[in-house]
Amino acid sequence: MRSGVTIFPGSNCDRDIIVALKNITGKAPIKMWHKDIEFPNLDLIVIPGGFSFGDYLRCGALAARSPVIKSIKNHISRGGAVLGICNGFQILIEAGILPGSLIRNKKLLFTCRDTMLEIQDTIVSPFLSGLKKELHLNIPVAHNEGNFFASETLLNELKNDGRIAFKYIKEINNDIDYNPNGSSNDIAGILSKNGRVLGMMPHPERAINKLHGGTDGLKFLTKSFEQIIG
Amino acid sequence: MKVIVNISLKEGVLDPEGQAIKTSLSNLGFENLNDVQTGKQIILNFKNLEEKEAVLETKKMCEDLLVNTVIEKYKINILRD
Repeated sequence: MRSGVTIFPGSNCDRDIIVALKNITGKAPIKMWHKDIEFPNLDLIVIPGGFSFGDYLRCGALAARSPVIKSIKNHISRGGAVLGICNGFQILIEAGILPGSLIRNKKLLFTCRDTMLEIQDTIVSPFLSGLKKELHLNIPVAHNEGNFFASETLLNELKNDGRIAFKYIKEINNDIDYNPNGSSNDIAGILSKNGRVLGMMPHPERAINKLHGGTDGLKFLTKSFEQIIG
Repeated sequence: MKVIVNISLKEGVLDPEGQAIKTSLSNLGFENLNDVQTGKQIILNFKNLEEKEAVLETKKMCEDLLVNTVIEKYKINILRD
């Protein structure tokens, strides 16, 4: 699989996803500096987590206006797959590639911990079609602005169109903190209309080794990459 | 010439920072508040430009970058010397 990872000033999960891509696919991704615009054709572009441009103005706002975004939009129009993780999700929304908004966590706390995700019944998507719906994945989050906010109209549209990828879910009935940020309808990740762009707050690249405390991220990424090549 | 952009959250958008400030104010005995809203201010110091042009350009800046119009609204004010 030909893949690329974007790097902005302040990206800090780029190395982790590069390691994940290399370990899983056997081929290192190319690094895509935010000022560059010329890239070979790729199957997948990952926009990693971090604090691009210091989160100035709004998270992802400045990165979303970088030259590399034009290349990403061209890649998407060719049917290419894009995965935005955490700050990458914020960037996809700021660039208008995914809808809605990611606002401050409801409790005003930077939240860094494991969350349980449930895969939703979605449209065909290379990121999810290899996994059973309602499967639970234990993948950590680490963010301050991950509270997905959208109008009722958009929330209904996302649900009816099968574009909600993951929801935070309770593991035990009395868990009142299962949703780490207060997101609308417990949304943790959404898809583009064609299912080939996924934005998610949790970090699958932080759950690919037993030493991380779990390997559900590995399961998710491996199945996604298989489908993207497939 | 300076143009001031005041950005605030639209009605109905959760403002947890505003809520937290309200709670703290209430702890200090300020009980006469319905709610508290936060926002941000951006001051643009223009080169020589007609007021009308500056406002038009500011509006475009707001739509293109400064404001997330999904959740935020803005007001443009001119600061005259």
